[in-house]
Amino acid sequence: MDMTTLVELARSLWVVWLMAVFLGIVFWAYRPKNKERFEEDAKIIFKHDKNGGPAHG
Amino acid sequence: MTSASLAHSATPDAPNYYDDLIKLFVIAAAFWGLAGFLAGDYIAWQLAFPALNLDLEWTTFGRLRPLHTSAVIFAFGGNILLGSSFYVVQRTCRASLFGGAGLGTFIFWGYQAFIVLAATGYLLGISQGKEYAEPEWYVDLWLTIVWVAYLVAFAGTIIKRKEPHIYVANWFYLAFIITIAMLHLVNNASVPVSLSGTKSYIVWAGVQDAMTQWWYGHNAVGFFLTAGFLGMMYYFVPKQADRPVYSYRLSVIHFWALSFLYIWAGPHHLHYTALPDWVQTLGMTFSVMLWMPSWGGMINGLMTLSGAWHKLRTDPVLRFMVASVGFYGMSTFEGPLMSVKVVNSLSHYTDWTIGHVHSGALGWNALISFGVLYFLVPKLWKRERLYSLRLVNMHFWISTIGIVLYITAMWVSGIMQGLMWRTYDSLGFLQYSFIETVEAMHPYYIIRAIGGLLFVIGALIMIYNLYKTAKGDLRDEAPMGANTAPLAAR
Repeated sequence: MDMTTLVELARSLWVVWLMAVFLGIVFWAYRPKNKERFEEDAKIIFKHDKNGGPAHG
Repeated sequence: MTSASLAHSATPDAPNYYDDLIKLFVIAAAFWGLAGFLAGDYIAWQLAFPALNLDLEWTTFGRLRPLHTSAVIFAFGGNILLGSSFYVVQRTCRASLFGGAGLGTFIFWGYQAFIVLAATGYLLGISQGKEYAEPEWYVDLWLTIVWVAYLVAFAGTIIKRKEPHIYVANWFYLAFIITIAMLHLVNNASVPVSLSGTKSYIVWAGVQDAMTQWWYGHNAVGFFLTAGFLGMMYYFVPKQADRPVYSYRLSVIHFWALSFLYIWAGPHHLHYTALPDWVQTLGMTFSVMLWMPSWGGMINGLMTLSGAWHKLRTDPVLRFMVASVGFYGMSTFEGPLMSVKVVNSLSHYTDWTIGHVHSGALGWNALISFGVLYFLVPKLWKRERLYSLRLVNMHFWISTIGIVLYITAMWVSGIMQGLMWRTYDSLGFLQYSFIETVEAMHPYYIIRAIGGLLFVIGALIMIYNLYKTAKGDLRDEAPMGANTAPLAAR
């Protein structure tokens, strides 16, 4: 098997590679170790906002 | 992680945000929104009463229709996207806008010039004839310059951020900016006939041109009207509800699933055409898969209110935002359904499509934009509160009733139209002539136009309320919700 056929084979499996990348992202997002870090990230919008808080009527 | 927690505890020295620039975008959004809604309602009445085209070429449906779609999507939606993205990126990055007021002002006026160039072209009959990409080559080139400036300002602000993590709303905004740039360049690749004339020819031909057009068209929905507006959802809904988003991890999945899937959905606009069958099926399959990220995102937005649902009783601004997320869920359920080939054989080319588009555009895009405008005006003009929450409430109900009239009329009319087109008599001839189907739709066109009129009235109420708020007036009124302390006192 030369290089060209190998590349062609790899390209024909693009949907597999994309799926693998996506599963990697899912693993990263739901890894228990990262739970706390993402909970902190969700609070970024409440930090250091001079006139923050909801719009009142 | 350590740097994130350090940043959390320190630095009260927030930078100066360029908020005067955002004021301009807010005013432009309100202005173009009203203009776009008026144009839309006018052509809705034209469909019911064709004499309203005034027998002038400039005011025919064919010229006013792109004026309406571009005004609401690119002028109203575009200004609220650009303005809100600058508001959000500065605050979540704790950095002032890259390029400062100079670059920001160029982007603002450059974008308004694009709108005026495009709109005058439509009225004069200068058009590429590509849906949502009607502007001719000279307008396209100008928009490219403005859009690159926008990307530089937005990405530059992210690069110089003081917050270690890039908040998810910015990912959605960035996906919107980059994808729109790519779509715009590929779909508008054309050769002008002469440098002094307006006419150009597109480089794509035949079914490839059609596929490129709907790759563009559907991803304008996916990345302009969805990803960009989801950026707004992920900042303003948690902000107005005063609690972090339900699941930040789900928002990560939402972002990547949406980005991976949306780009393939375009072929569902070309079912039963010269497009190869396998491409049609591919487009259908990816459209159906889009149910997952769409509903994941909707659940994430709605569940942000879990434990705070009572706020909806007293806060009509939050009500706008939550109803918009509900409409997002509804129209992203309907869309994949309509992309299924057998359903599409009934729905395509009928009013059902128009109803579907408007449940998304009025229900999702416009309602969340109204919520964001109500959020931004008191903050940008440094007012204690909105002029009147009662008027916000009135706007909410008038526009919601308008939307319901609009979409139910179009469901009935569209399905009826589709069924009439495929009804055969006992000898195998078509039962109805085309004009009979048009006649049957007349009452629904009137209901639709009334729904649109209610939506315009709602927008006028909003503009009055926002104007009074900016002026600094406070309406003397009973607070929203019985036996509740005034919100302002909290």
